Amino acid sequence: MVYQILNQSDLCNYYNLNENPGLNQRIKVRKDKFAFLDDEKIQLQLVSFRDEKQVHITFYLPQMHCSSCLYLLENLYRLDRGVVSSKVNFTRKEVDIIFLTGKTSLRKVAETLTSIGYEPYISLNDLKEKRPAIDKSMVYQIGVAGFAFGNIMLMSFPEYLGIDASEKILLNIFRWANFFLAIPVLLYSALPFYQSSWKSLKHKFLNIDAPIALAVIITFIRSAYEVISGTGGGYFDSMTGIVFFMLAGRILQDKTQRQLSFERDYTSYFPIAVSVVKEDKEVPTALPDIKTGDTLLIHHEELIPADGILTKGKAFIDYSFVTGESLPVLKEMGEIVYAGGKQTEGNIEILVVKEVTQSYLTKLWNRDEFKNTVETKNVSFVHLLSRYFTYIILAIAAATAVYWQLNDPANMWPAVTAIFIIACPCALFLSNTFTNGNILRILSRNHFYLRNAETIEDMARATHIVFDKTGTLTSTQQQDTVYEGKPISDYQLQQVAALAESSNHPLSKALVKYLGRAKEITVDNFKETTGQGIEGVAGNDRLKLGSYHFVTGKMSTQPGTAVFVSFNNEIFGYFLFSNQYREAIPSLIKELKKEYRLSVLSGDNTAEKETLQKLLGKKATLLFHQKPEDKLQYIKYLQQQGEKVMMIGDGLNDAGALKQSDIGIAVAEQTNNFTPSSDAIIEAKQLSKLTRFISLCRANRNIVIASFVLSIVYNVIGLFFAVQGTLSPLIAAILMPSSSLSILLLTFGSSSLIARQMKL
Amino acid sequence: MSVIIILLIASISIAGLFLFAFLWGVKSGQFEDDYSPSSRILFDDKPSSETKTV
Repeated sequence: MVYQILNQSDLCNYYNLNENPGLNQRIKVRKDKFAFLDDEKIQLQLVSFRDEKQVHITFYLPQMHCSSCLYLLENLYRLDRGVVSSKVNFTRKEVDIIFLTGKTSLRKVAETLTSIGYEPYISLNDLKEKRPAIDKSMVYQIGVAGFAFGNIMLMSFPEYLGIDASEKILLNIFRWANFFLAIPVLLYSALPFYQSSWKSLKHKFLNIDAPIALAVIITFIRSAYEVISGTGGGYFDSMTGIVFFMLAGRILQDKTQRQLSFERDYTSYFPIAVSVVKEDKEVPTALPDIKTGDTLLIHHEELIPADGILTKGKAFIDYSFVTGESLPVLKEMGEIVYAGGKQTEGNIEILVVKEVTQSYLTKLWNRDEFKNTVETKNVSFVHLLSRYFTYIILAIAAATAVYWQLNDPANMWPAVTAIFIIACPCALFLSNTFTNGNILRILSRNHFYLRNAETIEDMARATHIVFDKTGTLTSTQQQDTVYEGKPISDYQLQQVAALAESSNHPLSKALVKYLGRAKEITVDNFKETTGQGIEGVAGNDRLKLGSYHFVTGKMSTQPGTAVFVSFNNEIFGYFLFSNQYREAIPSLIKELKKEYRLSVLSGDNTAEKETLQKLLGKKATLLFHQKPEDKLQYIKYLQQQGEKVMMIGDGLNDAGALKQSDIGIAVAEQTNNFTPSSDAIIEAKQLSKLTRFISLCRANRNIVIASFVLSIVYNVIGLFFAVQGTLSPLIAAILMPSSSLSILLLTFGSSSLIARQMKL
Repeated sequence: MSVIIILLIASISIAGLFLFAFLWGVKSGQFEDDYSPSSRILFDDKPSSETKTV
């Protein structure tokens, strides 16, 4: 059984590890990769607890994916004797490790984890304040409310069913028990409503929580008065019940994906420390401590953390995530390299010219407009609806008060309070939260994760959709390669592959990948002209590979990214590299074209312009060579034109635009991958469903309004009794749960039905 | 009548006990990770038997 589970994944080769305790089964760790963990200052910021004997640390291990991972990680003490215990939290992909300081060190634990395939993800973000613990107070509150609601309902039955007048004492005991049970609901469970309404009133805005808080308080006071004066049983069951249902709705709506982070900025993408070269020694240094003038050693596949000048080695920097360029860029000594790029070939050294926070990329985040996150977001229509509702109720209450004042003053207060009890916009609140919650649930089932419920309305409101090209429309994982020109034989293709294999240029590598590895063809006289091409004798022919100018000697503009090839100075043709569009994109664009204005912003060159224009139609705006700053400005420009902009992007280069837009959607190949801060995260494979997601979000509003109309019917019935001053607790006790339950059924049923019709 | 009062006290204290159990469960994080405990229980036998041999 265990073996079967373990066998599902080749990563978790637990049995092999056990048979060979040596290192041969393990992944080799670069010697000083975790040297920075020996640094006292960094350690202090990472560990959650330490004393002379023990250290507690939580590592984030994104590679964790199966139950055997769990097994392996929880048996860490056998690989490292200093580990006392390791406990996995699978949902968060975290492991809490306790180890003895004498027997092992933070660095050794990190190295052990890396060697078995779980490299801890330690980013600059970890250096900042600790993550706040999940707020569970609302769960406690609903627990208390549920407890009180259940018991109060039970103890109200004797009263409703007509208790014998001779058992007056018993009746009083029930009433007082209800009173005491309702107190914690009033003082504790209903707190979120008081807080929210107080906050909104301070901003001179009447939100839906204010009338609800008012209704809860009035109901309690009226009921307490009845119990104390001995005139009745009060409406404690209605009050606690409504608080319970509304908390349930709110929890459902706020239940977000815990393992996803919508707030990431560059700090969670950057490493925590980097090697600084000082007097021929590598000194691991925390990123914030890097000063202008330091020399950094960037290893293979490491990120460049600060803008600098290349002083040693050849840099092939993959900027795809930062700027959207699809191919790695070659940089020679003396050239400037920007922070955020990833070195893809060998080690390099750079001289820092700008500190980390001052770098070209990070400056984008440190802009003032992003620092103060002013809530300029649109106000939900639910609050506006509830406001009208509140005004109408106030008017009815005033009219009733006047009427009873003139006819029978004794009846005024019972009638007025009954109006507030029966006609709070609770039903609207319930329908809104439950519909939102269910829609969020349906969307996340389809791997489309929204930050919160307000995002649903923002989705429905969008009028203009802006796409990023690289990584969003196109897939970064595949490239289309086409050969065009004279017929070419298989053997000749092998020769090309053999020559290309000798070079490290990204295009050569792409060629090798496309053609496959050449066998038994030796290459002589290999020569590489940087930025131009390569030449050499492969087999018996002299080959040239490279730009048109390099191969032919003539000047010309070439179509997109192409590699020309010549055999013995005879030009055969060229290999054209183009981005591969995601499969679903053409049909998606076709659908979106009908309803939305579209734009594409690309950091890449104009090679794809015609293809894109054909795809998006003539009306679409296409902009190329867009810097992150330009993208942001374009979104701003659209917003000034009155557009509601939906931005869909993937990289750090889109981060500014994603934040500026009314709704920013980050595309991720896998949801565990890094995504820039956004309002929503979509899995790349699900992009084809985007139109359906949008229509579901639009349906949200109709469902809420429909159930609101239903709730008004209940309200009218209740008000009919209330204005006459004859609202008995029994009627309230029947109306409240039946209206709540029918609204739950309506919202849940209709939103699920619509989703099913859309095949979501 | 006094029987009803005793029953009342009994039922509320039982309900209170469950409320306490619920709050305690939430506080200790039992609802946070619903995957590892279910898998962990499958693994429990082996490591303990093997630690003795190691």
